Amino acid sequence: MSNNYETVFILTPVLSDDQAKEAVKKVVKFLKDNKAQIVHEENWGLRKLAYPIQKKSSGFYYLIEFKAEGTLVADLEVMYKRDERIIRFLTLALDKYAVEYNERRRNKKKNVEKTEKADA
Amino acid sequence: MAAPQESEIRYLTPVTVDVKKAKYCRFKKMGIKYIDYKDPDFLLKFVNEQGKLLPRRITGTSLKYQRKVAQAVKRSRHLALMPYVADMMK
Repeated sequence: MSNNYETVFILTPVLSDDQAKEAVKKVVKFLKDNKAQIVHEENWGLRKLAYPIQKKSSGFYYLIEFKAEGTLVADLEVMYKRDERIIRFLTLALDKYAVEYNERRRNKKKNVEKTEKADA
Repeated sequence: MAAPQESEIRYLTPVTVDVKKAKYCRFKKMGIKYIDYKDPDFLLKFVNEQGKLLPRRITGTSLKYQRKVAQAVKRSRHLALMPYVADMMK
């Protein structure tokens, strides 16, 4: 039975734009190949880190929310560890409150965009 | 029966005894069920200037939600959204 998962990973800022995109594509492809159903993706872009990681003080953040089998998470994390462009990652299971929270957060963002378009 | 003595000492400003404001758990009151580790601005309310977690007696949160707050803060620290040690963070 598939559970809801959410994974956030940080890419080194040294990458050029297309390298960053390629790294993200690799993760997304990995998920799709293993029959994971991606619910939502978010690119926070380049952000300042609260403390330097590997001597770098900024990084590309990327969030993916997906539904998958439990066994997939271990392979995903092995892949994260192997890829040296990814300097930090966090994967966690979502309980029903978390899923509902993410739903509301997405709707809120959509409404905000709609209102902006309306009065823009 | 001696008349009640006027207190000789005149205070410039009236002594303020701080009225005991009943603390409440904001999560129970507002019905928040999930504390998101991804927005550090909200979590900053539960952390002091050095970035350390505030105890329940200060924030007044119930045990159940204090654990969720602690978990969320530690996750956001892991993702470098919040510092482990900071000075004058607020």
